[in-house]
Amino acid sequence: MVKSSDTPPSTAPFPGIDAAWRSAPHPVLVTGPSGVVRAVNDAAALLFPGAAPGAALDDVLPRWLAEAHRRFTDPLRPGDAGPARGPAGDRSIEARPSRTEHGDVVWWLVDDTARRSAEDALRAERERTAFLAQASTELLASLNADRCTEVTARLAAQHLADAAVVIAPPSGRRLSVSFCGPDGEVVREKVLADPASVPGLAEALQGFPPVPSRWIDPAAVPEWVRPSSLGAIGSVAVTPLPGHGVAAGALILLRRSDQAAFHEREETFARLFAARAGAAMSAARLYAEQATITRTLMRDLLPPRLQQVSGVEFAGGYRASNDTDRVGGDFYDVHAGAGPEEESLVVLGDVCGKGLEAAVQTGKIRNTLHALLPLATDHQRVLHLLNGALLDSHHTRFATLVLASVARRGNTVRLRVTSAGHPAPLVVRADGRVEEADTRGSLVGALPEVTSRTAAFDLAPGESCLLFTDGITEASGGPLGDELFGDERLRSALSECAGMPAEAVVERIRMLAAQWVGNGRHDDMAVVAITAPRHAHPGAVDGATRGRCAS
Amino acid sequence: MTPSPAAPLSPAHRLTSYVDALWDAVVSVDEYAAVRQALDAVDAGIPPEQVLLDVIAPVQHRVGEHWAANRMTVAQEHAATAINDRVVAALAHHRPAEESARRGRITVACVDGEWHALPARLLAEVLRLRGWQVDFLGAQVPAPHLIAHLHRTGPQAVALSSSIATRLPTAHAAITACQAVGVPVLVGGAAFGPDGRYARLLGADAWAPDARTAADFLAEGMPATTPPALGHQPVDDLPHLSDQEYSLVARTGPQLVKETLVRLEERFPAMRDYSVQQRQHTAEDLAHITEFLATALYTDDDELFSGFLVWTGSILTTRGVPAHSLYPALDALGEQLKDFPRARRILAHARRALDHGPDSGSSA
Repeated sequence: MVKSSDTPPSTAPFPGIDAAWRSAPHPVLVTGPSGVVRAVNDAAALLFPGAAPGAALDDVLPRWLAEAHRRFTDPLRPGDAGPARGPAGDRSIEARPSRTEHGDVVWWLVDDTARRSAEDALRAERERTAFLAQASTELLASLNADRCTEVTARLAAQHLADAAVVIAPPSGRRLSVSFCGPDGEVVREKVLADPASVPGLAEALQGFPPVPSRWIDPAAVPEWVRPSSLGAIGSVAVTPLPGHGVAAGALILLRRSDQAAFHEREETFARLFAARAGAAMSAARLYAEQATITRTLMRDLLPPRLQQVSGVEFAGGYRASNDTDRVGGDFYDVHAGAGPEEESLVVLGDVCGKGLEAAVQTGKIRNTLHALLPLATDHQRVLHLLNGALLDSHHTRFATLVLASVARRGNTVRLRVTSAGHPAPLVVRADGRVEEADTRGSLVGALPEVTSRTAAFDLAPGESCLLFTDGITEASGGPLGDELFGDERLRSALSECAGMPAEAVVERIRMLAAQWVGNGRHDDMAVVAITAPRHAHPGAVDGATRGRCAS
Repeated sequence: MTPSPAAPLSPAHRLTSYVDALWDAVVSVDEYAAVRQALDAVDAGIPPEQVLLDVIAPVQHRVGEHWAANRMTVAQEHAATAINDRVVAALAHHRPAEESARRGRITVACVDGEWHALPARLLAEVLRLRGWQVDFLGAQVPAPHLIAHLHRTGPQAVALSSSIATRLPTAHAAITACQAVGVPVLVGGAAFGPDGRYARLLGADAWAPDARTAADFLAEGMPATTPPALGHQPVDDLPHLSDQEYSLVARTGPQLVKETLVRLEERFPAMRDYSVQQRQHTAEDLAHITEFLATALYTDDDELFSGFLVWTGSILTTRGVPAHSLYPALDALGEQLKDFPRARRILAHARRALDHGPDSGSSA
């Protein structure tokens, strides 16, 4: 094999090109296969000051380029002509080889420092954007404040630091603190501590701008902020979690002593994350407050849970017309009599309209009836007074309802029922016969006078009286999609309920009506069953005499 | 089967005797006798969890069997279930007051449209016994209520129960909704298949065949759920839904039933003499069949539909209705769905299953 390095450098056949080559703005380097520099142009000479013709590559070129040359000229690996890349001083260089006809290698060098740094910046920016998008998705998923706090601590610990601590806005003497260490586990604690003991924390909790990390002495960070698993702390950043107008808390980022301190760019990014986390935590807290208020206000509007009272079984079921609602225009109540011999008053009714507004009106009617309880022996009088109260109010809604006074006498249950413009209650006898209670009356809240007729009857053990709203009978659906559930179907369903406990009667009727409507639209539906128990009850089981329990 | 006072019973026999006694009380709708049996069992030293799962649950299972065998009406089934439910309640009250929940919070609920609340109730009680704070939301919980509850309480997991396969699309929506708010979902109940295959299909985080397994699983800690990507749709999990066959069959269910009734009358002369009541029952059966067909399209599972059909055949036979009446119904449906290749595949599979089914007889 002839060593081409032994032949003298060839003279350029075109002197003009030779001159152009020398003054080309990009560095070019010609090397012999055995590892010496053959020629350099001006730009290459500036880049590699020692690279004079005849110098050994290993002495004058960066290692990576000398290595690339060896790889390229290695006869065992032909064709390995991919570009090499590496630093030269503070520049980043891409080197592409080509071979001359004499077997020399020409290295064409491109300074790609600017492109590389732009690419790095782009990659970092993309990672951050992806992280922020993922953080937003996770943070916005739940409206639960604890979960939001947990997600904030975990994401911050995983992506921004070695450990993160979320401090909730102080209320009371203890601070609510959530730690997340490198293991990703979030630990919540109530700590008796002063926010002022952490530099910048008290300010952050008030929403003031963060103190630059470099101003915080890690040694000044008190014990209660450090997760025990973390070890010595090298740097600390404190950032407010801005909420909607008010601070949602503060975020403390911690790095181990062997980790780099926070760059200004990282602190800016932490603030971007904190803005999202703070907004999510604040929304969750607002939701919790609203939900608590709604629950408190709604408590009295919800249908009561019914149970046995003085030896009579009561059960009720309710379904609002809209599945997102829990209340509507139908209502029922059972007011237990003062003693076991006293009559209990059952009310079931239907206010014209749907939704929350109708529910508020039902609340008024229920309260008025509650106040009229002392007069409950006289249904007509109760309806007359209720009618007057409704006419006097500024509401224009009217209502239909059924009153039932119920008392147990021996084994039977005695009822007096009065309808005010409402479907008459149905009674299922022990043998499955279904009868309609003989009561009629005018609705309340519309006309100056109300008239009504009361029916009185007894229930033998196993017999039930069913009060229901027209949402049941007018439920539209069925296998063919457009039939009304209707009186006949209700009677036939009830006929099967002879001897059943009140709860089973109610569940059966509700289930049939619900299955009948399927996914279709329906009105509010309410049912109450009043049942004479089939089996004598031992006194001990009937300890509770309240008709209503907290729901 | 009366235990003799001289020879003490083995633990298994003791349980069996309580099951029998509770069963007697339940079928005679005697709440007090039923409650007494359960409380006696606890007082005799049987752990409450065992009373729930090895006395009450088997009685409830027997209720289902008796209904299927036509030895109990639907109404009687309701009555028995109501009694069992009171027994569970009495047991919960009977228990000595526990110290506050040690483990954390779990929500237990039935899918919307699911009325069989007892299995979920039993799980809720077992979890309470094991130290969880449990929110039992009861039967047929609409997804908006469930999600509002999750936002408010932030539980570690949701246990979702469904017994009827036709609730699977609703269950899927509920599972996805829970996961979307970051709460992992454990599912259980007959709807998800004996091996839990539909639980996996619908992306539940865990499945348990019974309350004990569910409680054990929760004790080990649910894996964190992966929240679905923004804009996630059912079709992303179940690509076959893109052919719209499910939505079209589900939406036009009542029309399919109507048209099938008309065609059946032409083809199945016996139907012309049906009473109004019998007609109503036929319409209801057809509505069930189309619902199951829709669900089989949703899950793209032929077995789901044919399994239901074979079972319906055996139930019909038990109730003295000839099961071969199912063939013309399948044919009538197939004719109306001739542009629906998946539906026709499912119907054909069911036809073959009926041929080999226990009570199919000869094809009519």
